[in-house]
Amino acid sequence: MAVRVQIEDFDVGLELNKLRLANQNTGALVSFVGQVRDINDGNAINTLTLEHYPEMTEKALTAIENEAKTRWNVIDSLIIHRVGTLKPLDQIVLVVVSSAHRGDAFSACEFIMDFLKTSAPFWKKEATNQGERWVEAKLSDDAAQKRWKR
Amino acid sequence: MNIKVLYFARIKEAVNYSTEDIVLPSNVLTITALKNYLAQRGDTWADLFNGRQTIRAAINHELVGNLASIKEGDEVAFFPPVTGG
Repeated sequence: MAVRVQIEDFDVGLELNKLRLANQNTGALVSFVGQVRDINDGNAINTLTLEHYPEMTEKALTAIENEAKTRWNVIDSLIIHRVGTLKPLDQIVLVVVSSAHRGDAFSACEFIMDFLKTSAPFWKKEATNQGERWVEAKLSDDAAQKRWKR
Repeated sequence: MNIKVLYFARIKEAVNYSTEDIVLPSNVLTITALKNYLAQRGDTWADLFNGRQTIRAAINHELVGNLASIKEGDEVAFFPPVTGG
């Protein structure tokens, strides 16, 4: 289980292989990559800047990984989230989950992303030709998180 | 009671700084009470903390609700709903 918050880009293939080869019980590896889109709410995006709350971010992400581990048979997991200024097609986030069988890895990966979206302290600001604007939180993200409630 | 308060994202931009040390009156003991206390500063503060905007809070790096208690030495953070990922 690991969490990294960084300015630098990451190599998905490299990270997947590290988790894949770390444990011989691993039969399934599921990953999610989020990247910057070129258009949001009808405006072309020049850059996307991510702010975060450093002391809280890693704690929040680790708590999400721990919760996923209590719900599914997860062997290992990794969350990498970038901060700073990014441009369209830049990678923002990587989540990787390994497990013995695919069901656990699929569910845990989706769970981690849904909670990351709604409880990890990151904020996005977009620069468009019309100026800068903060990205508003989406109700659909709250709904996605709520479906895991038990 | 002495606490540290942090602001993030558009709240930080609106108040124009990111952190302050506050000496709270003895009757300010919860997040709701702290929001009301800050709203009394007027102008931007009133707009932010009068309850019309959704503002999330954390105490010592844990997300909390409005009823959470504040203690001496706490680090309280206020920020908009998060938008990472």
